[in-house]
Amino acid sequence: MVKQSLARLVGTAIVLFARFITAVRGIWQGIEPTPKERIYFANHVSHGDFILIWTVLPWRLRRKTRPVAGSDYWLKTPLKRFIGRDVFDAVLIDRNPETREADPIQTMAEALDDGASLILFPEGTRNETDAPLLPFKAGLYHLGKSRPSIEMIPVWINNLNRVMPKGELVPIPLICTVTFGAPLHIAVEESKVDFIARAEAALLALSPDNGGKDA
Amino acid sequence: MSGFHLDLLKLLGGVGAILFVASIIGYVLQRRLSPDGSNAVIENLNARIQAWWAMVILMGLAFLGGRTGVILLFAFCSFAALREFATLTNTKRADHWALASAFFVVLPIQYWLIWIDWYGLFSIFIPVYAFLLMPIVAALRGDTENFLVRVAETQWALMICVFCASHVPALLSLDIPGYEGRNVLLIAFLVVVVQSSDVLQYVWGKLYGRRKIAPKLSPSKTLEGFVGGVLSSMLLGACLWWMTPFTFVQAGLLALVIALMGFFGGLVMSAIKRDRGIKDWGHLIAGHGGFIDRLDSVVFSAPIFFHLVRYWWTP
Repeated sequence: MVKQSLARLVGTAIVLFARFITAVRGIWQGIEPTPKERIYFANHVSHGDFILIWTVLPWRLRRKTRPVAGSDYWLKTPLKRFIGRDVFDAVLIDRNPETREADPIQTMAEALDDGASLILFPEGTRNETDAPLLPFKAGLYHLGKSRPSIEMIPVWINNLNRVMPKGELVPIPLICTVTFGAPLHIAVEESKVDFIARAEAALLALSPDNGGKDA
Repeated sequence: MSGFHLDLLKLLGGVGAILFVASIIGYVLQRRLSPDGSNAVIENLNARIQAWWAMVILMGLAFLGGRTGVILLFAFCSFAALREFATLTNTKRADHWALASAFFVVLPIQYWLIWIDWYGLFSIFIPVYAFLLMPIVAALRGDTENFLVRVAETQWALMICVFCASHVPALLSLDIPGYEGRNVLLIAFLVVVVQSSDVLQYVWGKLYGRRKIAPKLSPSKTLEGFVGGVLSSMLLGACLWWMTPFTFVQAGLLALVIALMGFFGGLVMSAIKRDRGIKDWGHLIAGHGGFIDRLDSVVFSAPIFFHLVRYWWTP
């Protein structure tokens, strides 16, 4: 009980801090923020990515939206475990195929069945290159295949890489935006390669450098 | 109740009455011309009026909070403005420490200097110390690409968003004989004149505007709006002489300077927006845009107003 209230409090503090630094604004370009199960998939440049998406969601949606994250990172220390499990309620998956006991796709699909929405970073790791996106991993496709009725929403996070470049300790206050695109579904005959290419293109199209809405 | 509080209440009451009338006009216009929310001009007008209510209430609370309230309010405005400005600069990785120190060292120190009333230092802290130290911090990172552009942008951001804006609360530090304890009203005078000038230019422009005054910078500004707005805000300023240490004529002349500086400040900031290809600096104030969109004219008039008053009215 105490732990739960503390987690709520920390969650609110994190959201307020994110607003203070980034004045983040959600742009609902392709969908409306309605309470149904969805898979949000976003570009990944910083540890704050998930927090920004979480911050712009209306609070009813926020409580049911869970990030998918690597258990190797989030179970490392008691503090990370508290933030990852209790505050963010992350769906933790083992990224290492050698050691894992549960199928990550199965774990994610069960979370969706329980009524949660998921936030997924299909690049698999933080993008520290100059390219706007790294090639997607196949997880998004397999998850979409196993739960075909669920909408997959591309979400572009803009400017956060300038707020907190890798290796810097102090964030710089700069305005960020989070743009939600139109939902995707896997077509009946669509191959894995085709779908992944389509998902990458849909996400890239939301970036301001590629003609998306202004930042 | 002291004379100061009475004057402040009179002013806030007057502004409240004007907003009340504006709200009613906005409501009637919406019922008549935009019942389904389809007329963008009317919808924007009403969003602006609503935001004005919020801004006036916030300012009123800050004024009642006295020195602490005013300094905190403008420190926050500076922070929000600098955040908008820095977003549009070409700064990169190598400017990280320079920018971080602008936000978390220079800005707090500037407002702290105003808080402790150290005129000798707050008036040179950014133009001298920050001016010389920030490029050093940037140079130490060793990235020379676009160096002058990046350094100049950071410097300009600090001058506009922090140094110039901080001259509004700095008005509290002026010791004007016979005006002790009433300096908050000087801020109220400046803000009312500059903002009413913006609003009156908009109104005159919408009613009688024909000739564009700066088509390349700000296509919505007209000569008729400019002349009508500046003259009527000058008259308004003169009529507010009772809350200032000035005579009727002096108050009118100072209001003229304030309105002119505000107008040109708006043009300068428009030039930057045009160059960067944006319409507004931000989205935090519904209907108005960002903090800089609302503050640009204040920022340009505050330092001049401060120094004119300091030169002629303090011993």
